[in-house]
Amino acid sequence: MKPPRQPLFVAPRIYRSRRLRDAARILPVLGGFLVLVPILWDPAGDGARSTARDGIYLFVLWGALILAARLLAPRLGEDPPAPGQTED
Amino acid sequence: MGKHVLLIEDEPNISEAIRFILTRDGFRVSCHDQGRDALEVVRAERPDALILDAMLPGRTGYDILRDLRAEPDTALLPVLMLTARGQGRDRELAESAGASGFMAKPFSNAEVLASVRALLGQA
Amino acid sequence: MPFNLLILACLAYVAFLFAVAFLADRRAEAGTLPWLRSPMVYTLSLSVYCTAWTFYGAVGYAARSGLEFLTIYLGPTLVFVGWWVILRKLVRIAKAQRITSIADLISSRYGKSSLLGVVVTAICVTGATPYIALQLQSVALSFSVFASDTPDGWHLPDRDTTALWVAAGLALFTVLFGTRNLDANEQHHGVVMAIAVEAAVKLVALVAVGVFVVWIVADGPADIVTRIDNSPIAGWQMVPGRWAGLIFLSAAAILTLPRMFQVLVVENADERHLTTASWAFPLYLAAMSLFVVPIAVVGLDILPEGSNPDLFVLTLPLALDQGGLAMLAFLGGFSSATSMVIVAAIALATMVSNHVVMPLILAFGERKGKEPGDLRRVVLLARRLSIAGVMALGYGYYTLTGGSGALAATGLIAFVGVAQILPAMLGAMFWRGATRTGALLGLCAGYGLWLYTLYLPSFGQGGVIPVQVFVEGPWGIGWLRPEALFGIDGMDPLLHAMFWSLAMNTLLFGLGSLLTFPSPMERLQGARFVQAFDQSGPASSWARGQAEAEDLLVMAQRIMGEDVALAYFQTHARVQGKDGYLPDITPDFMNDLERRLSGSIGAAAAHAMIAQIAGGAAVSVEDLMAVANETAQMMEYSARLEAQQDELTRTARQLREANEKLTQLSVQKDAFLSQISHELRTPMTSIRAFSEIMMDDDVPPDLNARYARIIHDEAIRLTRLLDDLLDLSVLESGTVQLSLRSASLHDMLDRALHAAGSTRPERAFTIQRDPQSEQITVTSDIDRLTQVFINVISNSRKYCDAGAPVLRIAVRRKGAQIRVDFIDNGSGIAKGSQALIFEKFARLTDSAQAGGAGLGLAICREIMQNLDGDISYVPGQGGAAFRVAFPMVLVLPENRRT
Repeated sequence: MKPPRQPLFVAPRIYRSRRLRDAARILPVLGGFLVLVPILWDPAGDGARSTARDGIYLFVLWGALILAARLLAPRLGEDPPAPGQTED
Repeated sequence: MGKHVLLIEDEPNISEAIRFILTRDGFRVSCHDQGRDALEVVRAERPDALILDAMLPGRTGYDILRDLRAEPDTALLPVLMLTARGQGRDRELAESAGASGFMAKPFSNAEVLASVRALLGQA
Repeated sequence: MPFNLLILACLAYVAFLFAVAFLADRRAEAGTLPWLRSPMVYTLSLSVYCTAWTFYGAVGYAARSGLEFLTIYLGPTLVFVGWWVILRKLVRIAKAQRITSIADLISSRYGKSSLLGVVVTAICVTGATPYIALQLQSVALSFSVFASDTPDGWHLPDRDTTALWVAAGLALFTVLFGTRNLDANEQHHGVVMAIAVEAAVKLVALVAVGVFVVWIVADGPADIVTRIDNSPIAGWQMVPGRWAGLIFLSAAAILTLPRMFQVLVVENADERHLTTASWAFPLYLAAMSLFVVPIAVVGLDILPEGSNPDLFVLTLPLALDQGGLAMLAFLGGFSSATSMVIVAAIALATMVSNHVVMPLILAFGERKGKEPGDLRRVVLLARRLSIAGVMALGYGYYTLTGGSGALAATGLIAFVGVAQILPAMLGAMFWRGATRTGALLGLCAGYGLWLYTLYLPSFGQGGVIPVQVFVEGPWGIGWLRPEALFGIDGMDPLLHAMFWSLAMNTLLFGLGSLLTFPSPMERLQGARFVQAFDQSGPASSWARGQAEAEDLLVMAQRIMGEDVALAYFQTHARVQGKDGYLPDITPDFMNDLERRLSGSIGAAAAHAMIAQIAGGAAVSVEDLMAVANETAQMMEYSARLEAQQDELTRTARQLREANEKLTQLSVQKDAFLSQISHELRTPMTSIRAFSEIMMDDDVPPDLNARYARIIHDEAIRLTRLLDDLLDLSVLESGTVQLSLRSASLHDMLDRALHAAGSTRPERAFTIQRDPQSEQITVTSDIDRLTQVFINVISNSRKYCDAGAPVLRIAVRRKGAQIRVDFIDNGSGIAKGSQALIFEKFARLTDSAQAGGAGLGLAICREIMQNLDGDISYVPGQGGAAFRVAFPMVLVLPENRRT
């Protein structure tokens, strides 16, 4: 049985919280992609990988992810789903 | 003078036999074979003793006996009951109805004689 | 750094940890815990992920393979940053279903399967054992680093003994604080507090060493970068397969490691702590990883060739005379090792006692018919023994492998092992179609392959698996070589194992689930797990999902029967305009269903059941099914009782009737016997009396003759009576043998008249006959039939009291029946006696006249019944009239023919 159909146009507040949740879902995917990017730089390369450069890149990425999570987290926890609305 | 014994018995052969025995001994015997009017006959004949068969056509000997005992005239009449001894309670029935003595068929002649004599106070 | 001081510091630290744990437990019991359970404590407790492998081994890993060590922490970072997707649901499910361990999660989801619980427990214990050995090894190593510095003072303890002491001490701590009592949520507040403290210590220690290295030994970050570029690990090889594979593996491990599940899910006090942990934990991980490369680089620089890079964290400060820092580092390493062991021991002990020991004890106890009794004590004992067992296993593994090999390898092997649980776990959370069979197949395949391709080979070629097998494959089958399955050679052993085990695991899990059908329990649990968010809070009347309808269906099936319930539901669905068999849970539908069910189980039970399902109360389907079962059983039982009751009543009535009949018969028999007695005695009396008379001499001759004749007659009478009795008895018993022959009715009547003529011969009877009608051939027992005629005619002669007696014999034929009427012109028989005359010994007049015993008509009646006929009295004929009816041709049944 399908849940009652979602209304087509929703209040801005609900819209924003939904988009925030979408962001929360996309973030790890994005992070995963970015973490794997270094492969592209020099796949099984000739050894000319700079530990320093890679290390800095990774830690900066790491910091960015942490920051993004930090920003998202409180806002995500604010709106529990209203009764009658299921999670999308 | 011989005492008068009334015999109420419906089987003719049996009453003939008893009549023979008693008469031989000096008694005067009269017979009746109906239970219906037995009471009247007893009152009419006023015997000295009565030999009564338990099973009679019309009325049972016990009923007749009870009636006799109920009447003052015949309350003390010596009565010898003849029973068939078919049921164990015959003796009790006879006694409770008021029989002075009872005899089971088939009987021995000598015993009948002795009983009648005893009933009439003879040796 | 004097060794003794180290020992003292260590002991003091341990005592401090004990105190922290103790206090936290006390506060928890007193209920003033909240401030202790802040999100920070939660996040710090998650750091059990960073074991001695992190503390020591990361530096070694970096020194050997460059940045690959980061994969171990990048995976978990991604999982936590994306907590909304997986972690949130995992914690929600676990809280809602009161999950106590990862084995519990899998087992509960797939229909509360104890087998799955055992399998997952086995996987966890197998994987954790080397990991624990690793921690013991690192502690022992770190001790020996210090001990080797000071030859005097305390004697250098044997490494194995050190490990033994550490293991024993950890066992003690874990037993003390992990099994104080049984918390329903399996939360161990004291332990978590201690772990958090240790987490802080190890972070501080590592960061301190790092800071020391970067700013004191080197000249700041820029200098570090230069140093990196000039170090042997300036250019590192990134193996793409390993890079991606290890990130994936560590992500899987953070979810499936039993110790992680324990602190992440089970010990979680508040779901909202996750939001903090989502960024705070990656931060912690980043901080722990930040200084690894600098330390490695500086260590490689400064320390002599061939120093074990795994121990740089310790040896570097020591080499630079930073005794205090070294001790701090030591304590940090100690903390990281011990916190892992403690939490892992608790998690494993919970699983072993819940899924292995307790089921065995309960099954054993049940069979012995014993009450579980004080189960708590048994459980606690099981827990403690499990902890000791786990420690013993770890220590055993440590001594067996001799502590050789790089630390990193062992950890990764364990990761691949626990990662086998991932498909089943994700399926549990997101796929309602996942079934127990699929999970079982996947887990077993993954576990087996992991053992074969990675775990056992880790003991070295020839360690467990013979060298030959590695080279040629088992039994010479090349494509089953442990490190080159299907001939794919040259792959990194770890990746090879990970690929194959997870691939087969997932494949079999998927196929198995697709091809099998889940049990009702599985379906229900599947709904609960996958739709954990739909069931949060009190369910409003419209937030009902498919799960509710299915629950109701399962319930209804149990009560109404499978097909009936299904049809009923389908009808309702169609009425609602839906296809399929699950209607919407509208109030109307609920009411109707309730009415329907109450017809079977009663209104109260129906209402309770529906209310419970609809109200979302956490009553398991099993409980409800048990109730339905019981109810069904009770109904069955009471129906049976009713049937029995009816039968009993019927039987009692039959017995009563039989008793009455028997009593009647008994009375009749008594009457009959007494009558016979009387009848026999009468002739006997005459015989005896006259015999006695004749024995006396004085009998006149004429009387003599007469009396002799009387005796004779009575004797004959007696004989006749006896004959009649015998006849009657034979006739009544139905065993009389009839002899059939044919004769003319006319002849029979002639004979009868002639024989009966001797009865009262003096009376002259006029006989009226119609010879014409008598010309019938009768086939029957002629003699007996004639006997009946004789009897009737005799009776007429005896009892007809008319002045001029006339006997009319009328014969009539009706089809196969013949009727012969004997009618005289006497006064007949009175109405009241008409039935009586056929009874035995019934005599209407005195016997003297009749000369018979009264059995005549009774015998006639019996004879006629035996001849399939009848004799009866016919009233209103002007006199006594007897009708003898019989079939013209008698057909005898088999057993009656002679």
